[in-house]
Amino acid sequence: MRVLSDLRVGEVGRLVELTLPAGVQNHLMHMGFVPNALVRVVHRAPAGDPTVYGVDGIEIALRRETARSIRVTAPEAVVAQAAELAEAV
Amino acid sequence: MSDCCTPAAFQPPELPAASLGEFRTIALIGPPNSGKSTLFNRLTGLRQKVANYPGVTVEQRMGRMAGIDRDDLVLIDLPGIYSLDPFSEDARVSIDVLKGNMPGTPKPDAVLLVMDSLHLTRQLMLAAPILGLGLPTLVLLNMTDLMEARGGVVDALKLAEELGAPVARVSATQGTGLDAIQIFLNRHRGVSNTDDVPHPFTLPVLGNAMSTHVWAAQVSSKTGYQAPLSAKNTQKVDGILLHRVWGPLLFLAVVFGVFEVVFSIGQPLSDGFGDVLAKAGGYVAAFVPEGWMRSLLLDGAWKGVSSVLVFLPQILLLFLFIGILEDTGYLARAALIADRVMRTIGLNGKAFIPLLSAYACAVPAIMATRTIENKRDRLATILVTPFMTCSARLPVYMLLIAAFIPNLTFLGGLVGLRTLVMLGLYLMGFVAAMTTAWLLKSSILKSSETPFILELPQYRMPTLRSMGLRLVDRAQVFLYQAGTVILCVTLALWVLAHLPIHGGKTPELAESLIGKLGHVIEPAIAPLGFNWKIGIGLLTSVLAREVMVGTMGTLYGADPQTQAESLQTALHHDLPLGGAVALMVFFAFAMQCTSTMAVVRRETNSWKWPAIQFLWMLVLAYGGAWVANWVVTAVWG
Repeated sequence: MRVLSDLRVGEVGRLVELTLPAGVQNHLMHMGFVPNALVRVVHRAPAGDPTVYGVDGIEIALRRETARSIRVTAPEAVVAQAAELAEAV
Repeated sequence: MSDCCTPAAFQPPELPAASLGEFRTIALIGPPNSGKSTLFNRLTGLRQKVANYPGVTVEQRMGRMAGIDRDDLVLIDLPGIYSLDPFSEDARVSIDVLKGNMPGTPKPDAVLLVMDSLHLTRQLMLAAPILGLGLPTLVLLNMTDLMEARGGVVDALKLAEELGAPVARVSATQGTGLDAIQIFLNRHRGVSNTDDVPHPFTLPVLGNAMSTHVWAAQVSSKTGYQAPLSAKNTQKVDGILLHRVWGPLLFLAVVFGVFEVVFSIGQPLSDGFGDVLAKAGGYVAAFVPEGWMRSLLLDGAWKGVSSVLVFLPQILLLFLFIGILEDTGYLARAALIADRVMRTIGLNGKAFIPLLSAYACAVPAIMATRTIENKRDRLATILVTPFMTCSARLPVYMLLIAAFIPNLTFLGGLVGLRTLVMLGLYLMGFVAAMTTAWLLKSSILKSSETPFILELPQYRMPTLRSMGLRLVDRAQVFLYQAGTVILCVTLALWVLAHLPIHGGKTPELAESLIGKLGHVIEPAIAPLGFNWKIGIGLLTSVLAREVMVGTMGTLYGADPQTQAESLQTALHHDLPLGGAVALMVFFAFAMQCTSTMAVVRRETNSWKWPAIQFLWMLVLAYGGAWVANWVVTAVWG
């Protein structure tokens, strides 16, 4: 499983889970970082960190250590999984 | 005390008498940067600060709704919040006011919930807990004009149905749709509000971010909401401004450009303005009979006050630049770029926003630290903010640079020596701030790192109106300061410079009361290369830094030997180069501002921190000035 900080600029991930302290996690979720949301890596700061993520039409900057605690999958993976499930059924 | 600088205390307007159930107090609430303060200004006719970054408003503000002819109602503007769980100090203010727990602020009877319709789904997450408060609520979809222009769609009627609350489309910047607010307020006139509270049935379990989000997404899809295409311009511009190489280079080029402009355009403007002021003074003086009265008015008051007034053009240029940074949305990017540097000293990029606005004035900057979540980070930022070169230092620097630094240029006229000296002074303040912060964060204010979470607003073109208003407000504050504090100080100085009277004759300046006082303190400041007049200036400038310039104007104006000379020439002849450079260094470090000390006390709730801050800054100022005097005298003396 990948984490948000693994994604390169321009890549999109589907958010799976956040594992952060409750206060931070709640704050981030209210900003749109909720499971199933599509998160896009928009820019990196000139120094390489923090990184700007696009979620729900807005841009939010996070440091690497925060992004590391946010698990993501490739957006296609979910579709593929769903397709597999459908076939199995 | 310079500018902005009455610590932002406010008088709650007296509440109108109202019968039971009638509205008296209305709160404006919404997510950060959704346009609450712009709407507040529309509805009240006041001029609360607005800009394009989250966290501009950090405390509650009240005003009568005179903008829509409802003077009987009080509107409260609040800091933006994402949820009812406060993550930072400014959000706590909003939540306390909404729940009626803020002393001195009445509990609101109704709520105007402002939502940025460009990002409706996420903004709806706040609607759940706000509607859950049970207060009559009008939901305002702000920026609908912009959303529709970019191809967004929303069914406001359906949204009202889903929320169980009235919904209106508004544009706070254009001032359209405000009649809906009128209707909402009138409908409740005289009606017992408890009967009229709509009870939404679809609200999720409060306090759980996930369920709130699912609910918000459902509501948004039921209303047929289609988010507008995101503005590609912002990403294109950021592609350059956040570029690995161009980003920092452009930042430096802009900063350097500003100082060049302040000199190359500001200086001639200021000189011209100075001529006008001098002529005006001479013209008025002709009507006053020769004698002590004319001397008091012209040599005392007018010379002192006008020596400060001449710097108005430069200060306005600086504010114009800071205004552009704040209104376009670049400030948040600067914080992002600075995060890397800030983390090495133990703070995060968010602290950079107050530090940058401190280039205008430290008082609102210290208030703005409320957006910093970590308490120790916030305290460290408060303690170092006064090192940032505020606009009140500008007159002192400009005067001394013009008087002592030759107007040399390098690189074919592109780089001026005066600009370099000015930049050096700004840099010195910045380095002192960073070093002090590092010392604090690696000792008494050590803490675990708080995550850096910053929302970047979309770029917006600043409007002429908002820029114009900023400059007018600034000019008013500056003129007010000159007409009150500086005028009083110069009048007092003139009187002290002409006493005691012996045998009907006024004394020589050095023998006057002020001269004697100056000579008493001279031994303490002589090692810095200062004369006794500078010493008096250091005393008066504790009120506010620019009082220094007014004091010099009056003292040299009161001395018959220097009366005819311009202040620059008089200073040039009276002060050695070492003393002049030392004086600039002293001003770079010293805490000479009673307003800043008052606001630090208020925000930290004790006199301990402003006292420590004052002493530390004084030690640096004295030490730095001593070294500067010694080095300059050794090399050029």
